[in-house]
Amino acid sequence: MAATVLPFEKPVVELVTRVRELRVLAETDPHFEPELKRLEDRAAKLARELFAELTPWQKVQLSRHPNRPYTLDYVEALFEEWQELHGDRRFADDAAIVCGMARFRGRSVVVVGHQKGRTTKEKAARNFGQANPEGNRKANRMYELADKFRLPILTFIDTPGAYPGIGAEERGQSEAIGACLAAMARAQVPIVATIIGEGGSGGALALGVANRVNVLEYGTYSVISPEGCASILWKDGSKGDEAALRMRMTSPDLLALKVVDNVIEEPVGGAHQDPAEAARLVGDAIAAALADLEGLSPEALADDRYRRFRSLGAFS
Amino acid sequence: MSGWPIRKQAGLDAHEKKSIGKGVFRKCNGCGETISAERMADNFEVCPLCGRHHKLASARWRDLLLDDGHLEEWSAELSPTDPLEFTDGRTYTERIATAQKSAKSKDAIEIGRAALEGTPIAYGAFLFAFMGGSMGSVVGEKITRLFEKATEERLPVVLLQASGGARMQEGILSLMQMAKTVSALERLRAARLPFFSVMLDPTTGGVAASFAFLGDVNIAEPDALIGFAGPRVIETTIRQKLPPGFQRSEFLLAHGMVDRIVSRLSMRREIAQLARQLSGLPALPAPAAGDAVVPPSVSVPP
Ligand SMILES: [Zn+2]
Repeated sequence: MAATVLPFEKPVVELVTRVRELRVLAETDPHFEPELKRLEDRAAKLARELFAELTPWQKVQLSRHPNRPYTLDYVEALFEEWQELHGDRRFADDAAIVCGMARFRGRSVVVVGHQKGRTTKEKAARNFGQANPEGNRKANRMYELADKFRLPILTFIDTPGAYPGIGAEERGQSEAIGACLAAMARAQVPIVATIIGEGGSGGALALGVANRVNVLEYGTYSVISPEGCASILWKDGSKGDEAALRMRMTSPDLLALKVVDNVIEEPVGGAHQDPAEAARLVGDAIAAALADLEGLSPEALADDRYRRFRSLGAFS
Repeated sequence: MSGWPIRKQAGLDAHEKKSIGKGVFRKCNGCGETISAERMADNFEVCPLCGRHHKLASARWRDLLLDDGHLEEWSAELSPTDPLEFTDGRTYTERIATAQKSAKSKDAIEIGRAALEGTPIAYGAFLFAFMGGSMGSVVGEKITRLFEKATEERLPVVLLQASGGARMQEGILSLMQMAKTVSALERLRAARLPFFSVMLDPTTGGVAASFAFLGDVNIAEPDALIGFAGPRVIETTIRQKLPPGFQRSEFLLAHGMVDRIVSRLSMRREIAQLARQLSGLPALPAPAAGDAVVPPSVSVPP
C-alpha cells in the first residue's frame, strides 16, 4: 500500500521512521541498543506531545486515514478459522459490510464489520464502507445467527455512514437500520463493538448497540459527518473543522459523554504506524470486555445492554 | 415537483393565527386554490377540494384522534439541557428558549394516556413546530417512557411522527436515542403489545431509521416525505435530480415499506379497529348513519 502522509503527521512519521531504521541496525549490531532505546523514548515522547496538540478535525483526518487498518486487517490479526459468510438472502451481497464466523482466542464468535477498500477498484466495490440496506440486513442476519447459537458478537465500526442513494431508499435503508438496532437490543449474547475509524451516524449505530463499546484513540463517532453538519448549519460544507470542534466527536469526549466505555490507546503516530501492535491492543480490549460480561445469563446480557443505553441522554 | 418544501412551509402557528379571524384565506399547496383559513382549519388542514394534507398542530391532532381530545400527559416537565455547550452562532440554549416560547412546549414531543374510540392507548405525537421535530435527549427519553409505560400498563402504542431526524445540537447523544428508544420498543414487542407507527410529513433521518419502520402496522399520511436521507443529501451524493414522487408515501407503499396510506380524516377509526383486532377486543359498533367518524364540520374530498 502506498503510504500517505498528512501534512500534520510529517514530523511524527519522520521520527517513527528513524526509530524503525535504528531498530533494524540494532538487530545486526547490539551496540546500537542503548542509543535505540534512548531515541525510541524520545520519539515516543515527542510524538505524544505533537499528537496531543491535534485538533478534532485532524483527528477526523486520522480516523479516515487511507493507511489505517480496516476490519479485515483486524480479522486477519485477531482471529483463527475465519470464514466469511455472504449475502442478505434477500437481494445481494453488500461488500461494504463483512461478516463471518471465527475463533477469538479459542472461542467461537460472530464477526460483523464495515469494510473500506484500499485500491480505487476495491473502494468502489466496497462503496467506501457505506452500506446499502443489504449490508445492514446481512448484519441483522448475523445477529440472529449469533443469538440462536448463543455466540458473542464482535463488531468493527468504520463507516462514513449508511449509503444515501436512490436504490437504498427504494429498498428500505431506514427499516434495515431500525431492524439492526432491534436485533442487537434483544440478542441474549455478549456484544462488543469497537470503533476502529469513522463512526458515522445511523450506519455506525447499526453495528453499535453493544454491551461494551470501545473506541480507538483516533476513532470518531458522530450523528452526522462534520461536513454535513457544516453544510446544514452554515450552508458551507468546507467548514468541517469548525463543526468537528463543536460536535465533540473524538475519543476523550465520547468517553466523557459515556457513549463509549473504553478508549484504546494507539501506537505512536496512530494505528497505521504499527498495525500489528494496534491489533494486539484491540484484541486485549475485546478480551477484557468479554471477560467483564462473563457469567451473565442470557437475560442479564440483554438487560445490561438495555441499562447501558437507557442511561444515555441529558435533560432536566 | 418544484423543490422540496420541508423548510419552506409555513409554521403551524402561522396557520393557526391566520385561521382565527374570518375572511383570512390560504392557498392550498396541492391544487393552488384559495380557501378560507377557517374552512381549512375545520377540515383539519386537509384541502376540501383536492385532499392535500397540510401540517396540523399537535393540539388539533388530539382533537382529531383522541376521545374528547383528551391526553393525560406524561413527563411534560422534561426539558433539554445543553450537554455539548453547542453554538453555531446562536447557542443551543438560546435556540431552546426561542422554540419553547413559540411552540409552547418544553420539547418536540408530547406523550401520555388517551382513548381512541373507547380503547385505552399510550399516545405520542411529535411537535414539528419545535425545531423541526428533531430527536434529542428529551424526545428520546419520552419515547422510551412511552414504550416502557405502555408495556407496564399493557396499552397499545400510537405514535405520530413528524421529524427531520436527530437533533444536531445534541450531537452523538441524539444518535444514542435511536438505540435507547428501539430497545424500549423491543420490550413492548416482547410483551405482545401493538405499536402503530404513523408517519406524517416529514419522517426522515434518525426517526425513520429507528422505530418508525418497526411498527406492527406502519401507516403513512398521503404525500408525506419519508426516508432515511434527505433529498438534498441524496442529490449531492449521486449528482442527479431525483424523480418526481421520490420518498413520498405512495413511493414507499409501492416499494413495500408502509402498510397503508390513510387519510388523516379516517385515521381515528382505522387505528381503533386495528388496535381492537390485534388486542382481541370486540368490534366497535358500526358508525350509525349521519354519525361521522370525524367531526361533522369535516368534508372528505372525493
Ligand atoms: Zn387543494
